[in-house]
Amino acid sequence: MINKYRWWEYVAIYAGLAVFLGFILAPFIEAFVVSLRPLNALFSIPYQFFTDEMSFSAYITMWQNVPLLWLYMLNSFFIAAMVTLCGLCAIIPAAYAFSRFEFRGKNTLLAAFLAINMVSGAVLIIPLFKVMQELGVLNTYIAMIAPGTAFVIPTGIWLLRSYLLKIPKELEEAAWVDGAGRLYTLRRVILPIALPGIVVVSIATFIAAYAQQFIYALTFNNKNELNPLPVGLFQFFGRQEVVWNELMAASLVGILPVLIVYVFLQRYIVAGLTAGAVKE
Amino acid sequence: MPKTLKRDLFPYLLLLPAIVITLVIVAWPLVETIRLSFTDASLKPTENYIGFANYEKIFSRRFPEVIARTFYWMALSVALKMLVGTFGAVLLNSAVPGRTLARILVIPPWVIPIAIGVFIWGWMYNGQFGMISGLLQRFEIIGGPLEFLAYRETAFLATIITDVWIGTPMVTIFVLAAMQAVPGDLYEAAWVDGAGRGYRFRRITLPLILPAIATMSLLSAIWTFNSFDIIWILTEGGPRGGTTTMIIDTYKTAISRFKYGEGAARAVMIVCILTAFSGAYFYLISRFAKKGA
Repeated sequence: MINKYRWWEYVAIYAGLAVFLGFILAPFIEAFVVSLRPLNALFSIPYQFFTDEMSFSAYITMWQNVPLLWLYMLNSFFIAAMVTLCGLCAIIPAAYAFSRFEFRGKNTLLAAFLAINMVSGAVLIIPLFKVMQELGVLNTYIAMIAPGTAFVIPTGIWLLRSYLLKIPKELEEAAWVDGAGRLYTLRRVILPIALPGIVVVSIATFIAAYAQQFIYALTFNNKNELNPLPVGLFQFFGRQEVVWNELMAASLVGILPVLIVYVFLQRYIVAGLTAGAVKE
Repeated sequence: MPKTLKRDLFPYLLLLPAIVITLVIVAWPLVETIRLSFTDASLKPTENYIGFANYEKIFSRRFPEVIARTFYWMALSVALKMLVGTFGAVLLNSAVPGRTLARILVIPPWVIPIAIGVFIWGWMYNGQFGMISGLLQRFEIIGGPLEFLAYRETAFLATIITDVWIGTPMVTIFVLAAMQAVPGDLYEAAWVDGAGRGYRFRRITLPLILPAIATMSLLSAIWTFNSFDIIWILTEGGPRGGTTTMIIDTYKTAISRFKYGEGAARAVMIVCILTAFSGAYFYLISRFAKKGA
């Protein structure tokens, strides 16, 4: 058959996969091993992958060094969730407008939104700091949520627009003939049909917001109890000696929830990433 | 759709939330950055317009070097990401048992906070106790401990490798999706005609996934150009400026040294370069849109 491999082809594919996944997973394995070893065993030469005295003690002692770990994890989740929610409030109506209406400046506006994709928060960090200062939101969640939201909107609009374009216009025409208002049509006709697309956009937005909250929190926030996970753990480096085993333990505990959620949502994540991009 | 009044406000109302937040967070700061770049703004309460003095200042120093380094860093990182990512996609596309599991295992670097992944790499690059130096010593590739982040060349490479690690899963999944969108009957037809696997890949798969690879390369170039977390956490642009890219340079000047005006001038240069990128991006999108229609 067409997909039948010879034995050496199997060997080559699995060897290739082992190298490839080895590169992807090595840091996680190393982090896990480090988290199991006592600090003085870590600082031993020559390098050893295994030591005798492995234990989970770092997972217990880390709570003294990072008492707020739970809070950091919650903050990370909260910020990403709020970015997603606020983002959707802007994305859904905008994508609807771009997919259904003809209006002056439509193409220019769409291009302007896409152009935002090119700029990152880091480039605009100076005036952004001033904006946050003048709005009086420095050291609040808003300072971390608002910039994140602005930068997820373009991709969201683009993804959802291509999804909405596939929904036949006859549905709205039928609703119109039956006397439904336009907002009613959006809420009761379009939204339910577009739900799978909205789910995909939400997940893609959440992942982006969750992965990229470092610079805003680092720059706009100095209240420790509001810090998201990456900035909370970044403080490990400020100390005299980095407590590596606890840092690794805290990192792994911190990312575990996302990884578990990911396994369940994997299908949607892949769809979200590839939807608008591969074929329009 | 009902043909309504010519000056219909409804679509603009729908766009209002997106436009408002974009104006506040992106458009206004962008204008303000340009304005600041012509001032000597700093921590002082007053600021004066000084014309192009900031631009003259930065170009008289090592700025061209920083631009060159940024492009070098980006080009190397994007090339490696595309290469490793496509390699992974080809493997994950093969019909072998266990590929579903392999497809799940490829995702983690992409969905965890970037900074967390970088912490782990920070440990691995440790010369005395880290995994990479340790393994290289064990296999006697290097003579003694090598502190990767302490030398300009190795730090440059180390930050690139971490960037590749974070960017690869997305490329892999993206290219994989493009490969699976290739109609299966094309392969069967070629197979019936006696075309081998390598021939089918070169003549069917590759041409059909090329648009996806082009799009991904460009998007990846833009993201890589804007990459901040990785370099900031690993080296803060050091040692001796060896990993200072334009973004890091801007952040350092403006936020660490409070020279807002000079930092803004650097940021404006970034925006100019990114504008050129966006031109290329729109060109690609419009080409595909025509093809799709």
